[in-house]
Amino acid sequence: MHELAVAQALVEQVDAVITQHQASTATAIRVRIGPLAGVVPELLATAFPLAAAGSRMEHAELEFTHAPIQVRCQTCGAETEAAMNRLICGACGDWHTQVISGDELLLESVELETTPTLSP
Amino acid sequence: MCDTCGCNLTPGNKHLAFKPVPKGATAVSVLKGLLAKNDDQATHNREHFDRRGILAINLMSSPGSGKTALLEATLTELKDEFTCAVIEGDLETENDAERIRAKGVQAHQIVTGTACHLDAHLVHDALHQMSLDGVDILFIENVGNLVCPASFDLGQHLNVTLLSVTEGDDKPAKYPVMFRAADAMLLTKTDLLAVLDDFDPDKAEAHLRNLANPAPVMRLSARKDLGMDAWLTWLREQLAAQRARVAIGQSRRPAIQSDGVKYHSVTV
Repeated sequence: MHELAVAQALVEQVDAVITQHQASTATAIRVRIGPLAGVVPELLATAFPLAAAGSRMEHAELEFTHAPIQVRCQTCGAETEAAMNRLICGACGDWHTQVISGDELLLESVELETTPTLSP
Repeated sequence: MCDTCGCNLTPGNKHLAFKPVPKGATAVSVLKGLLAKNDDQATHNREHFDRRGILAINLMSSPGSGKTALLEATLTELKDEFTCAVIEGDLETENDAERIRAKGVQAHQIVTGTACHLDAHLVHDALHQMSLDGVDILFIENVGNLVCPASFDLGQHLNVTLLSVTEGDDKPAKYPVMFRAADAMLLTKTDLLAVLDDFDPDKAEAHLRNLANPAPVMRLSARKDLGMDAWLTWLREQLAAQRARVAIGQSRRPAIQSDGVKYHSVTV
């Protein structure tokens, strides 16, 4: 249920982007989430409308990019896909690995509706 | 890295940034950690700690696995050696803070109401209500929960995750996000192993290794004073390491394979 806190953080960040680019509203928000981030996309999607109510992204579409879990083996150097609770090397089976993808929690991009400028 | 000139674009992520959009609209690439605000506050908290040479430890586990009992025993053992302070996080009641104060140790209770985890802002507010002068080790006892606390940096240097032997030995496999974040895993209440035939400490450790986590595993019983020496020795080593870092102007973030970050195509 911490997804609501994450949704509120997302709204704050998108709001800052809207201000920074002098836009009026955000129409689409793309978030990149890996399973190891500990945030469930479906729950975030449920929480988002609550956090975004009355804001400049109220009607924005929230889209997710799934980040697959990948590990790099420190022993054999292979880069393989891994399961969430089995982050071992898919090539040699060693557990001395580093997660190179799958723990992201990123605001990837925002599509903005720009206010028409009055040009002479 | 900044958000204005595009220097956070790398060959690995620029395909995300430029895509055709309808007229009247613009697509903006952000590529910023969603919890950036929490992380900024956590960094600020860590600076507070480092400036004073304090080692900050975040204790996480399920409810009832013995975090407060571990703290009571630890504070008793260390009382002539170090000055400790404790931040307690619970949904309700001042009970845990009172247990710590009964040991003669400064404790601040954060009552989260309904929030399932502590965040960096809550900890920061707590710090401003405490006296940190002369404190060597600050323990932050997070809300008992094996899910949410793992996703929020508080500014601590180390995460310690407890797993009591009355739970399943496959908890690390069931809650990988939490156990991957552990800098040390404590198997608690080991005095009960004699009457429990379904908890295998070796299996619990094997599940932790499957998460590619090299963290030390210590087996102890705070109530029966078993295995406490290894834990206290580890704490002393970590405090010495923290002081050595502070002396050369460095800090430390909790595990989560910090050096793995540099392999990510996007910079967080």
